[in-house]
Amino acid sequence: MELVTSILAIAIRAGTSLVYATLGEIYTERAGILNLGLEGIMLMGALSGFATAYYSGSVALALLAALAVGAALAAIHAFLTVTMRANQVVSGLSITLFGSGFASFLGQRLGPISNNHRLVGLSGPRIAPIGVPGLSELPVIGALFTQDILTYALYALIPLAWFYLYRTRHGLNLRAVGEDPQTADAMGVDVFKVKYLATIAGGALVALGGAQLSLSYTPGWSENITGGRGWIVIALVIFAMWNPARAVWGALLFGGINAVQFRLQASGTTIPAGFLNMLPYLATIAVLVAMTFWESLSKRIGAPAGLGNAYMREEK
Amino acid sequence: MRKAPPRFPKGRFYVVMKDRNGEGAWSQDLLPAQGPRARGDGELRERLVEMRGIRKSFPGVQASDGIGLTLARGEVLALLGENGAGKSTLMNILAGLYRPDAGEIHIRGERVRIESPRDAAALGIGMVHQNFMLVDSMTVAENVVLGQRGLPFVPDLRAVKRRILELSARYNLSVDPEAYIWQLSVGEQQRVEILKLLYREADILILDEPTAVLTPQESEELSAVVHRMRGEGKAAIFITHKMEEVMTFSDRVMVLRRGRVVAEKTTADTDPKELARLMVGREVLFRVEKAPFTPGEPVLELRGVSATDDRGLPALRGISLSCRAGEILGIAGVAGNGQRELAEVVTGLRAAKEGLVSINCVETTNASPLSIIRRGVAHIPQDRNQVGAVGDMSVAANLAMKGYRSRPLSSGGIIRPSRFRDLARRLIELFKIATPSTETRIKFLSGGNIQKAILAREIGACGSLLVAVYPSRGLDIGATEAVRNELVAERDKGRAVLLVSEDIDELLSVADTIAVLFEGRVMGVFPAAEADAERIGALMAGMEEGGKRT
Ligand SMILES: Nc1ncnc2c1ncn2[C@@H]1O[C@H](COP(=O)(O)OP(=O)(O)OP(=O)(O)O)[C@@H](O)[C@H]1O
Ligand SMILES: [Mg+2]
Repeated sequence: MELVTSILAIAIRAGTSLVYATLGEIYTERAGILNLGLEGIMLMGALSGFATAYYSGSVALALLAALAVGAALAAIHAFLTVTMRANQVVSGLSITLFGSGFASFLGQRLGPISNNHRLVGLSGPRIAPIGVPGLSELPVIGALFTQDILTYALYALIPLAWFYLYRTRHGLNLRAVGEDPQTADAMGVDVFKVKYLATIAGGALVALGGAQLSLSYTPGWSENITGGRGWIVIALVIFAMWNPARAVWGALLFGGINAVQFRLQASGTTIPAGFLNMLPYLATIAVLVAMTFWESLSKRIGAPAGLGNAYMREEK
Repeated sequence: MRKAPPRFPKGRFYVVMKDRNGEGAWSQDLLPAQGPRARGDGELRERLVEMRGIRKSFPGVQASDGIGLTLARGEVLALLGENGAGKSTLMNILAGLYRPDAGEIHIRGERVRIESPRDAAALGIGMVHQNFMLVDSMTVAENVVLGQRGLPFVPDLRAVKRRILELSARYNLSVDPEAYIWQLSVGEQQRVEILKLLYREADILILDEPTAVLTPQESEELSAVVHRMRGEGKAAIFITHKMEEVMTFSDRVMVLRRGRVVAEKTTADTDPKELARLMVGREVLFRVEKAPFTPGEPVLELRGVSATDDRGLPALRGISLSCRAGEILGIAGVAGNGQRELAEVVTGLRAAKEGLVSINCVETTNASPLSIIRRGVAHIPQDRNQVGAVGDMSVAANLAMKGYRSRPLSSGGIIRPSRFRDLARRLIELFKIATPSTETRIKFLSGGNIQKAILAREIGACGSLLVAVYPSRGLDIGATEAVRNELVAERDKGRAVLLVSEDIDELLSVADTIAVLFEGRVMGVFPAAEADAERIGALMAGMEEGGKRT
């Protein structure tokens, strides 16, 4: 019981950054924009979060900085793909290349002279886990209540994100824009505005996911701190079938695998880590296969039909 | 058979269109062009819309060339014109989707700039587009309120549903507000489009070929709705290629040709023949000439064929039919009774669950589309945008799409673009396809011209059997005439033609033999010469010979 609780606690901690990024990407893709810049945005979020925290000493400022950096990078993506109608894959990949390169560059320049201008190896303020008195003592569910503030925020954010997407006017517009921009436009929805806002807000959330890594999960800055999480999120979005309420399961699964892997490695297992890391992708493939089997299912919860396409009013 | 809808007094006060050159004295000018607004005047109707000197060009085409248009309250204006004449373009300008290059728009007497569909909606303008504007994966209710002004942050969908049910009861447009769009038939989707306008209380309605995909019954329903809305003081612009609809729906007709207004008439003062002439610029024969019927060997044979539709429900239930060389076999039936599935099974696009299909005495049940094409089968599909043409490829490539595997279009597996262009030029000329060039992406052509291109390609590739599903849907009368003549020409060349149509007149004038489909069963097969519209209509509605309903 003890073991289950602790594995679950680690799974949730490991999954938090994934949930933020997955939610962000779900919103972006729901507007018909595929943002493959995730990995770069997460890295930049992690870097700016840590650097701000280190110099200002304020975690709140650090989170704001990460949000702003994510929003800015996503705004570039929105400008390129929505206004300039560039290919979304190309634009997204460039952002990843730029973001990872720039983060690593800044990591070697922003640090104090004492550390040879490097950020690596420094420790700054961090977001510490806070146990909820009473609740955190409970077996198994106690794991839910020994988390940091970002994780607690998720407990509210996930239902809110779901409600926003399926029950509000904005969510309705967003879904329509991603499915069928021409129809949305003809019905009076401002397609450009919706695409921009969704992409920018999505990018901000993704960067927050990155900041959670450098401020809480593995505090401090290190090169490639995300460990490819940005790519995993792309699979998780499919796994979640573009539904915020489902985002949490994929992230927990991956987080859980991480947690188990830690335990296994600690106990000297022979199963290679790479094999375990592969599992979320296998699960994604399984979901895709299942979706094609139930055609009616895929119609309702499949990828937004307009994903990846640029829209221009007078072009048919 | 068809009952004329109730008529409201014809608009006595209509205004002449003045085009850019001040030409246009085709009808009486009862209101001074710049005159005072007639609102509130018991005699004169308020002028809801006035468009002046509208110009709009696309690369290679002048789609609107100085068009003027007016619409008064309580009036239905029919907009006629050949495929590509610029009807949809003009209406898209009014609906805010296209921005005009020049010209003015006045709504209720005020000069306005319509920059987006949102602006148009705010002015009470609502449009039913030529292709459905519905989000497939959302429900009817969600589609209806999408983009609505003043929608609360958390829309009360239950109230929306109530209102939809209320409206559908009032206008006799039954539809389930909770159904997803993809679950609905084409007719039901069209009802949703109309409900959207009603829900938004638009009083300037634009209906762009709303009846093209409807069954005659559904068209009648629609006509009742339009008349009702007119009675409520709304006004409508109605685009159609069907002359009888112009006569029953409208008060006034405006005819466009190549982006210009060529005529304007009160409906009561004109007739289909004259309108057809004005539209096409020549006499249109409403009759086709055929050689005597001398059928040869059976080309297509179906025995006990069953298949399911996209949703997995039975669509064909044991169909047995045969179509001989030199015969046009007409398939009559209300859309959705298995016609599409029948054509797809024959052409290899859908698997038959049971039964046998053979072409020229060779079994082709569930053979691949390519092997069926190689047996000389050509297919004009129902869904031309999805199955018939590749929107992002050029007209030339689309026209070459059936023949590119062999000489002269390719040799040794290498395609020859210059041959593509030669072929394209020939077919464009022959079938009068209106396109700026052979290299234009086909999606930029008007709907009717895409259809002509598919037809040109398929007829060119036909060896023994032509399967044509609603081939004249959406075509103007000139093109419809041309298509019918082509079908008959194929038959006279000794090919077998399977013609699916909902237009009983088309079947009676073109087909040699008529088979009626109802719920996936053949209700009867008889020579066209012995058939009459009444009998076919009854069978289409599922009445057995003798009058019993199954
Ligand atoms: N978005 C566009 N881009 C480029 N060309 C266009 C576009 N829309 C229309 N056109 C061209 O403008 C002309 C008029 O087209 P329009 O769709 O208005 O014709 P239409 O009268 O509605 O014909 P149909 O009866 O076939 O619907 C055509 O030549 C068409 O190719
Ligand atoms: Mg049109």
